Amino acid sequence: MARFIERHPAWALIVIIAVAVLLWLVFAIWPPGLEAAIGRKRVFLNAVLNGITLGGLYFLVASGFTLIFGLMRNVNLAHGSLYLFGGYIGYAISTWTGSWILSFIVAFIAAALVGVILQLAVFRRMEGQDLRQTMVTIGLSIVFADLMLWVFGGDFYQVQTPSWLIGPVQLPLLTAIKSSGEPVYLQYPLVRLVIFAASVVIGIAMWLALNRTRIGMIVRAGVDDRDILAATGVRIQLVFVLVFALGAGLAGIAGVVGGTFQSLSPGEDTRFLLASLVVVIVGGMGSIPGAALGAVIIGLAEQLGSVYIPTYAIVVTFLIMVVVLALRPQGLLARR
Amino acid sequence: MSLLQSTQFRPDPSANATRRALIRAWPEFQNPAAWLVALILVIMPLIANGFFLIEIFATTLILGVIALSLMFLAGYGGMVSLMQLTIAGFAGYMVAVFGMSGNANISLGWPWWLATPMALALATLFGTLGGALAVRTEGIYTIMITLAIGAAFYYFTNQNWAIFNGHTGINTVATPHFWGVDWRSDIAFYYVTLGVAAICYFAVQYVSRAPFGLALQGVRDNPRRMAALGFNPNAHRIAAYAFAAFIAALGGVLQVWNYRQISPGSVSVGACIDVLIIAVVGGITRPIGPFIGALIFVLLRTFALDVLIKFGLDGNRFRLLIGLGFLAIVFWSSDGVIGLWERWRRRSTTATQRSGGGRHG
Repeated sequence: MARFIERHPAWALIVIIAVAVLLWLVFAIWPPGLEAAIGRKRVFLNAVLNGITLGGLYFLVASGFTLIFGLMRNVNLAHGSLYLFGGYIGYAISTWTGSWILSFIVAFIAAALVGVILQLAVFRRMEGQDLRQTMVTIGLSIVFADLMLWVFGGDFYQVQTPSWLIGPVQLPLLTAIKSSGEPVYLQYPLVRLVIFAASVVIGIAMWLALNRTRIGMIVRAGVDDRDILAATGVRIQLVFVLVFALGAGLAGIAGVVGGTFQSLSPGEDTRFLLASLVVVIVGGMGSIPGAALGAVIIGLAEQLGSVYIPTYAIVVTFLIMVVVLALRPQGLLARR
Repeated sequence: MSLLQSTQFRPDPSANATRRALIRAWPEFQNPAAWLVALILVIMPLIANGFFLIEIFATTLILGVIALSLMFLAGYGGMVSLMQLTIAGFAGYMVAVFGMSGNANISLGWPWWLATPMALALATLFGTLGGALAVRTEGIYTIMITLAIGAAFYYFTNQNWAIFNGHTGINTVATPHFWGVDWRSDIAFYYVTLGVAAICYFAVQYVSRAPFGLALQGVRDNPRRMAALGFNPNAHRIAAYAFAAFIAALGGVLQVWNYRQISPGSVSVGACIDVLIIAVVGGITRPIGPFIGALIFVLLRTFALDVLIKFGLDGNRFRLLIGLGFLAIVFWSSDGVIGLWERWRRRSTTATQRSGGGRHG
């Protein structure tokens, strides 16, 4: 942090000012002039919270994608299919057993198994051939999409939110002061907050696992130079399988999350593939903190965009990607 | 070969040299199979009726042109761009927006000879800008960035009603009428697509042997060495994107004339990937590959339903078939159908040589 400020004082200033403005917008009571210009504060706060929680979901999808890419140089374009597969499995389990928590576990295991099979049966045979691997993942995504369409049809599914998570919760964020002087606080769906907290916990756990454990050390070493790592006697194939399983499993969990606060249908796989592509391009390929930063930026841009400039919302997301590519082609937090 | 040998006895060496240069530049001209295919394509309207002419052959040629632009980028430039269909779709949208269509509130109503060059120019610009973005990073990232561009364009057309008319798209796009000919009538349109496809094919063939194309292939193989030799790798790449974008735009204009409507479905991510499938299945080392791939794709798309039902299977599993076929090609042949055919031919020629050698020995 301190090094970043030393190196790029101008950028640091811009970032600090932007954060300060955002904090002021969130915590202050808006003067009437501002409300007249850009609408109610409640709308803005809802968009910000939706954006951050959506960012949590994007992080779950994109972290697996970026982890797999970072270690194996494999652009897994079937990642969106794993997301949708996990979501369908979660839906099936939650309607069958009625347990929301169990659906996460089963979705994780199912998607991770698919990932293990893919790594063992397909990608291991074409190691080092980036382009061919990517082509194979494209083919696989077509096949998966059609198989899932076959089994689940074109309907919309929604994973049932458990009863203890239904309903809004009052946040200590003022939206307005009534004329009687009574403060009005923001109401927000509890389930989204819980899911966001869970994705933060998962993110921190991943960071700890990568930076504080032996297996994490091996994975980091593999990201830097996997040939040397293999030469030191680490069983690199085992590490590959584990990382692929973890990445795929995270996509599966994300599918259940997405199925809970959005819905599952054919086409969602592409949507989340695009989201994770943009997130990792913005955040930096192969970097977990980068995925987190990119996910929050993209989530916020998408939600704020759809509130304030509805017909051009996607352009905002895209422009962010263009600006990042133009200024810092390797992504915001990548080291290279 | 026989042609070359017979020319050795000619008295004029300079004519001989130019002729040999011509043959080296255009190897198709000495291949009897190429002449046969060209002849069949030219007399196709005598053989095929309207359905086959438009739904199979014209559609194949159009998809082939779009896939040809990808083949040029991937085969000679080493850049797999998934946005070629997006460029084509953009050109199609521009034809519909600037020209005449059923959506009078959007279309500007320009005559076709003004709207089409405008669409081509804008689409080429779009493709060049996208390419300039994509060359900021290298190799495998290109796929991701171009896919992101394609997907963003798809969602944008879905959301935007002012220009792109949202998910309904633009319908009953006007097609050119001049010299007393309706150029969208089956036979005339077939010849238009055939002409454009032939021009694009020979243009790609020519550029691949021109200094620019050779430098591009050098950049593909070793960008650092080319930079050391004084070439600007990124400028070559962007120029390649511009050239490919123009070809894709031509395909897009033909496509919108063919269907007379365009909607976000025409530029969906699945359609972008279809173009990659067409190019890879056909083979991305030769300009003829995309056309072969397109023919296979169109035949499968048109007849898979009937064939699958005939075998007692679910006819809706067309995409599964396409996906599995694509996987099989990627697994067993890095060079598509052309590669398979060449390998088979090489094996059969070595087999005959071996058997021939055995007889002599």
